[in-house]
Amino acid sequence: MHRVYHRIERIAGNVITVQATGVAYRELAQVTSARGVSLAQVIRLEGGRVDLQVFAGSRGIATDSQVRFLGHTMQVPFSQSLLGRVFTGGGQPRDGGPPIHENPIGIGGPSVNPAKRIIPRNMVRTGIPMIDVFNTLVESQKLPIFSVAGEPYNPLLARIALQAEVDLIILGGMGLKHDDYLFFRDTLEREGALSRSILFIHTAADPIVECLLVPDICLAVAEQFALKNQRVLVLLTDMTNFADALKEIAITMEQIPSNRGYPGDLYSQLAARYEKAVDFDTAGSITILAVTTMPGDDVTHPVPDNTGYITEGQFYLRNGRIEPFGSLSRLKQLVNSRTREDHRTIMNTMIQLYAGYKETLEKQAMGFRMSDWDRKLLKYGRLFEDRMMDLRVNIPLEQALDLGWRILAECFEPAETAIPTRLIEKFWPGNIAAATAA
Amino acid sequence: MSDNIGKIVGVNGNLLTVEFEKPVVQNEVAYARLGDLRLKSEVIRVRGHYAEMQVFEDTTGLKEGDRVEFTGELLSAELGPGLLAQVFDGLQNPLPKLAEECGFFLKRGHYLDALPRDRRWAFTPTVETGASVTAGDALGWVPEGIFRHRIFAPFSIPRGERWTVEEIAPAGEYAVEHVVARLRDPRGGRHEARLFQRWPVKIPIRAFAERLRPTEPLTTKIRIIDTLFPVARGGTYCIPGPFGAGKTVLQQLTSRYADVDIVIVAACGERAGEVVETLREFPELVDPRTGRSLMERTLIICNTSSMPVAAREASVYTAVTIAEYYRQMGLNVLLLADSTSRWAQALREMSGRLEEIPGEEAFPAYLESVIAAFYERAGVVRLNDGSTGSVTIGGTVSPAGGNFEEPVTQSTLKVVGAFHGLSRERSDQRRYPAIHPLESWSKYEGVVLVDQVAAARDVLFRGNDVNQMMKVVGEEGTSIDDFVVYLKAEFLDAVYLQQDAYHPVDAATSPERQRYVFERLVRILKTPMRFESKDAARRFFQRLTQTVKDWNRVEMGGAEFAEIERRVEAMVAEVAEYA
Repeated sequence: MHRVYHRIERIAGNVITVQATGVAYRELAQVTSARGVSLAQVIRLEGGRVDLQVFAGSRGIATDSQVRFLGHTMQVPFSQSLLGRVFTGGGQPRDGGPPIHENPIGIGGPSVNPAKRIIPRNMVRTGIPMIDVFNTLVESQKLPIFSVAGEPYNPLLARIALQAEVDLIILGGMGLKHDDYLFFRDTLEREGALSRSILFIHTAADPIVECLLVPDICLAVAEQFALKNQRVLVLLTDMTNFADALKEIAITMEQIPSNRGYPGDLYSQLAARYEKAVDFDTAGSITILAVTTMPGDDVTHPVPDNTGYITEGQFYLRNGRIEPFGSLSRLKQLVNSRTREDHRTIMNTMIQLYAGYKETLEKQAMGFRMSDWDRKLLKYGRLFEDRMMDLRVNIPLEQALDLGWRILAECFEPAETAIPTRLIEKFWPGNIAAATAA
Repeated sequence: MSDNIGKIVGVNGNLLTVEFEKPVVQNEVAYARLGDLRLKSEVIRVRGHYAEMQVFEDTTGLKEGDRVEFTGELLSAELGPGLLAQVFDGLQNPLPKLAEECGFFLKRGHYLDALPRDRRWAFTPTVETGASVTAGDALGWVPEGIFRHRIFAPFSIPRGERWTVEEIAPAGEYAVEHVVARLRDPRGGRHEARLFQRWPVKIPIRAFAERLRPTEPLTTKIRIIDTLFPVARGGTYCIPGPFGAGKTVLQQLTSRYADVDIVIVAACGERAGEVVETLREFPELVDPRTGRSLMERTLIICNTSSMPVAAREASVYTAVTIAEYYRQMGLNVLLLADSTSRWAQALREMSGRLEEIPGEEAFPAYLESVIAAFYERAGVVRLNDGSTGSVTIGGTVSPAGGNFEEPVTQSTLKVVGAFHGLSRERSDQRRYPAIHPLESWSKYEGVVLVDQVAAARDVLFRGNDVNQMMKVVGEEGTSIDDFVVYLKAEFLDAVYLQQDAYHPVDAATSPERQRYVFERLVRILKTPMRFESKDAARRFFQRLTQTVKDWNRVEMGGAEFAEIERRVEAMVAEVAEYA
């Protein structure tokens, strides 16, 4: 029944070319070589020639290796028995358990009709003030953590995952170091969360093409669970590796590169994945938290840059702290208005003053005399960094807001903060203000 | 259905190579057959017997040898009553209706009529049998929301030619497909006019008497725009900015408060979440101009980033065509395109698949002319009946790395009349809207007096100079006079240029209020002031800033407004130095 071909005309990178007819675009094939069996996907049809991308790489493939077309596109099983399991980027078990075949679903499906989405409205509490107060995580949001290699982004990801109130965690690892994979698995297991987690792991040692499949597989499974009224949190680490895999394939296919070698459709490719984050109007939701490492700490690098345009706000992880200057999306501002009336004011005022502190630091470094105002800013900046920015701080939002008022009151007079008089009257810690004035 | 059939010989992403035999038309629409599905596509290049076509859908599953049906028609939009308050995708499929039929996901190959066929409209004819009409003349009208929606003679009547009305329907209720008039051209050809017509989206509608120069300001109620960098009705402007600098918030505010009749939002290659907000909130907001729901004057064309790329390109053209159509009724239309960079990237993706020789950053060489042609579709026009209508285009640009030196920003700047450059520095400091007051510009006239603007800008520039200088010589090396200039610039920035988009009063400042407040602020800026020390000066301006900010938050005309104004004046009088 299945059509089998034995003559491979061209092998370049991970792409092989055969002469074949009746092949559908994006169809899967099985390539059997001396090294074993691998899946491959059709990525171009042209005048009778079929280009296939071999998942396990082309190494060891002979010109007479067998190519068998399967007549369907990439699929992943979907059932409750996925829970607690670990798979490879190709969907094979990685944990030694039995393979799962039931109920296959297609991956990379169509996008959600915007008319069926609803405005995200639920804040996801994390207990980290730099997130809860200054860059609130919202259910159904897509949010990257911009980081530099060497920062503790994976522990942060794990911590948010464990503290966030969700029904299901799906972890997609791309180009992950093997010990990082073990870290995630062990952490989830230790905290008793493994039974509500599914892991799709591509490690740095695995074939590069499998890396490309990880986000699609994760999100296809997440979508099915979300349709069954589950609130799903998808963790993707690291999306820069995914983009690099795209680049590698694009160059092999002799596509014209647009920016630093990345293909021109990088934005669309990333967006197609991130846009799967959704709050269905009558079902569950998908929240995506992804790590994007910035090569050379350069936010204008094409991967973080495109990611920034797609996502709704970002966390910047630098020197072990989340920076307060991450961009804010309208989304958060709307959610913030529903927490406590002073939330937005505290957020903006504290950041404006912190920006002033940074300027003063520069002035100080150049040896200028510090004015009264500068000294106030310096005091404020240090308090802010110690009490708020430290990642070990773990307090609920309301306490964090009160803490913000206390820090402000310790450093400034009310008028210096330009906070609306109405809020000053209500929230400014009176006794401290009086003490400072005296 | 045309009987011109082709055969697929190649598939590369959303690009098909199709072998054909009968003649094909450049940019004609064709359908690729995938089982029962028909995937819409457009011819974009012809070489020998091969047509290259971009498909507006996912191409997964297409095979070599599959059939392609050519239609002989260019990609067109349906223009008629029932467009307002709708949400369309880039190919003008109504999304809510699609959701009813297909559920959560966008099914490919599923196309619906843009205009509801069953709805009936109360038609009133305005011409009589025997009248002669030309393109852009009305045959009658139907009420659509608060507007008189004119029903036009076909826009395809050649320029300078007049057709005779042979038959016109009497007043009555008709569905859009009903033939309301029969026309005869000078060569004797017969034509029908319905309540709607189709028009190819990539060709501008030119059925008007003449184009005028845009002079009248379009107020957005955003102070920094209306006062410093105004936009004119019929003009063009662009908002480039790095991600997270607030482009979308700015567009949202503009769509809410802009003083125009109709707002068309083209969400092109951006997040779905933002469209959803407009979609869910606008129906509940009241348009202060009309007292009706804001949605009644709004139309959304939405091709979000995860929807197929080729339709992204179509979406901006669909949007501008609909804008031109409403302009023909003597209305002022504002088209907000968010973001034109995504559209340019769609061009780049197709250009790459066509293996064209790339220009700068792999954008095609024709990028500039395509962008220029798009913005040129804006304008104020005098219509055949003497009334005027306008299309204003505001496009956001998302430059890679926030660097304005890239091709899309540069091509756009060459053709627009105002530039609202957003700055990462200002948004990091939470100075919203983050439009850079020194780098932005506008060629249009605003709502306040020109010499007041000049005075304010002078203070801003000098304040910036002093600030730069202070970074080198420190505060101690700066004279107190210079320091006061710096504080005045910061003061103006804090109380006037910055605006709280989420405060019910501060979010929208009427032109009258802008004139009133700005005049007073400029007077404060011009007042010579004397302080004992720099710290005293700083403390004074901190107090003044807070008071004026409180002033911004109260309604104009009330007792509290006057009271705070008196307080501000008293504060200034205390430090004023009278020579």
